[in-house]
Amino acid sequence: MTDKTSGTHGAVVQDSAPGQDGLLVELRGAGKSYGNVRALHGVDLKVHAGQVTCVLGDNGAGKSTLIKIISGLHQHTEGEFLVDGTAVRFSTPREALDRGIATVYQDLATVPLMPVWRNFFLGSEMTRGPWPVRRLDIPRMKATADQELRNMGIVLDDLEQPIGTLSGGQRQCVAIARAVYFGARVLILDEPTAALGVKQSGVVLKYIAAARDRGLGVIFITHNPHHAYMVGDHFSVLRLGTLELSADRSEVSLEELTNHMAGGAELAALKHELAQVRGVDTEELPEEDDLTAPVAPSPEGTT
Amino acid sequence: MSMAQQAEPAMTTPPGSGPKQTDGRTVRRPLALRLLARPEVGVFLGAAAVLVFFLIAAPSVRQGGSMATILYQSSTIGIMALPVALLMIGGEFDLSAGVAVISSALTASMLSYQLTLNVWTGVIVALAVSLAIGFFNGWMVVRTGLPSFLITLGTFLILQGVNLAVTKWVTGNVATDDISDMDGFDQAKKIFASSFDVAGVEVKITVVWWLVFAALATWVLLRTKYGNWIFAVGGDKESARAVGVPVTFTKISLFMLVGFGAWFVGMHNLFSFNTVQSGEGVGQELIYIAAAVIGGCLLTGGYGSAIGPVFGAFMFGMVNQGIVFAGWNPDWFKAFLGVMLLGAVLINLWVQRTATRR
Repeated sequence: MTDKTSGTHGAVVQDSAPGQDGLLVELRGAGKSYGNVRALHGVDLKVHAGQVTCVLGDNGAGKSTLIKIISGLHQHTEGEFLVDGTAVRFSTPREALDRGIATVYQDLATVPLMPVWRNFFLGSEMTRGPWPVRRLDIPRMKATADQELRNMGIVLDDLEQPIGTLSGGQRQCVAIARAVYFGARVLILDEPTAALGVKQSGVVLKYIAAARDRGLGVIFITHNPHHAYMVGDHFSVLRLGTLELSADRSEVSLEELTNHMAGGAELAALKHELAQVRGVDTEELPEEDDLTAPVAPSPEGTT
Repeated sequence: MSMAQQAEPAMTTPPGSGPKQTDGRTVRRPLALRLLARPEVGVFLGAAAVLVFFLIAAPSVRQGGSMATILYQSSTIGIMALPVALLMIGGEFDLSAGVAVISSALTASMLSYQLTLNVWTGVIVALAVSLAIGFFNGWMVVRTGLPSFLITLGTFLILQGVNLAVTKWVTGNVATDDISDMDGFDQAKKIFASSFDVAGVEVKITVVWWLVFAALATWVLLRTKYGNWIFAVGGDKESARAVGVPVTFTKISLFMLVGFGAWFVGMHNLFSFNTVQSGEGVGQELIYIAAAVIGGCLLTGGYGSAIGPVFGAFMFGMVNQGIVFAGWNPDWFKAFLGVMLLGAVLINLWVQRTATRR
């Protein structure tokens, strides 16, 4: 990140001032039901500018539902969702984008057969000319895309190549660069390191830190506590649709985080049952007392 | 022939650490290879080959009049193949396109004749009906999420039945009455079905319309936001929606564009033959789809061009007429088409695989 300052002059930056102490997005007791299935319930989450909020959880813990609410793909059915201190309810991802909330999805929301520059500007194309002959400003889009990607350290020979020909890490970075360029204040990253190797994961983590340093609020969804702990300022662990842990970096160690991820409290309870079964070594498993981090108040006691 | 250049994983260079980050890590491909990567180049070569073949095999093709006939035949397919191709790039297809042409012509004809109106009233109402059919198709596909194959198969059967039943009920016949002596007919015929003279050869106006529409479609597809959206909704609908592309609007408007094409060809049929046979049009939808696929459009969406189907339609017209001019048994026509279609599909498959190779 040598010259990242030349980058952000997004086209759709909203000038709405963040709430007090840089609080950008807040969920209060938010939840979501699909018919009679309660996917998410009573979740509190705060996203501050210049901080990385990690959301951890096993498969089916409700991480995806949480992102979909914040990014406008789904609406919450209970609780409150506030952006800059005012309650909102997005009906399309477009509305979330207009408020500066950008999501980089697991599948990266790119269209594989389209060229890199078209993908970069998809949905927010630059145009010139009056209406009947309003057309894409291709030279400007290509130049901008090239500049923004170089700022992220990606140099491509040919922006015309289909984005499907790039490697997973490259596409991830194109998606992040796109979100940053379009004036994201809140960046939601859905499992950005899940499909990557160790080295590429490192690069993506670097971008997360870089985005944070630019003053973006980052929501980092992952099920890897090691990756989360490297960049996170606040950690929320989801479990079966409810918040199991919500702690600042100062309040929790990597070990505790890993234990919570692995189902810490439940595991401790299970330990006593397992102890009665011959052949199961429970010595290494944590006791409930070991989990010192503050456990989020669970409204209906799932834990 | 590696059409998609092998993108070197530039990812291994962490941000800022590369002292000299320049272009040129990959060799620029030769012009010929880059050209072959375009969706319309394969079909262009195919069309040229067919043309040369018949120029040699059937000497009468070399006359201007024969070429005008071939172009006319191509244009009636080509005008419909264009919106069908755009729809296909947008990830859907429309089996009702063939009978929708007849529905439009029947509407204009019967409305004008039965109510003794100026034919332009019938023409305008037919446009509204065609756009409504397109809207219905698009709306159903978007709302239900069912494959457009099923929805438009339904519309296809409905229209086929309605065309026959309503025509018989209104006129007591399977064809509509001759409207050639009605108000506005000559005016409308000028626009939809006239012909003009080029160096002693009579050329139908539809050839001009075909090329104008093709130019317009190419410009829209490659140079406008809407064109970008067409590629996006066909390539990956969910991704497109996630980055703010109005997927519903794009899909429905594409179906309505097919409606517009059906109206235009329907009007051409009406004003060149004065009457409409209510049972026609069945099977034409497959010809349109085949022309689009031969023209380099991917059946699964997200890839293709508007100029490719122009050559695709030309191949159809050329083969269709060329067999007649060469004095061969025209029964072979469909077999010929089948071989062309299979060849085009294989080339498309190869292009898609190469283009998405990591």
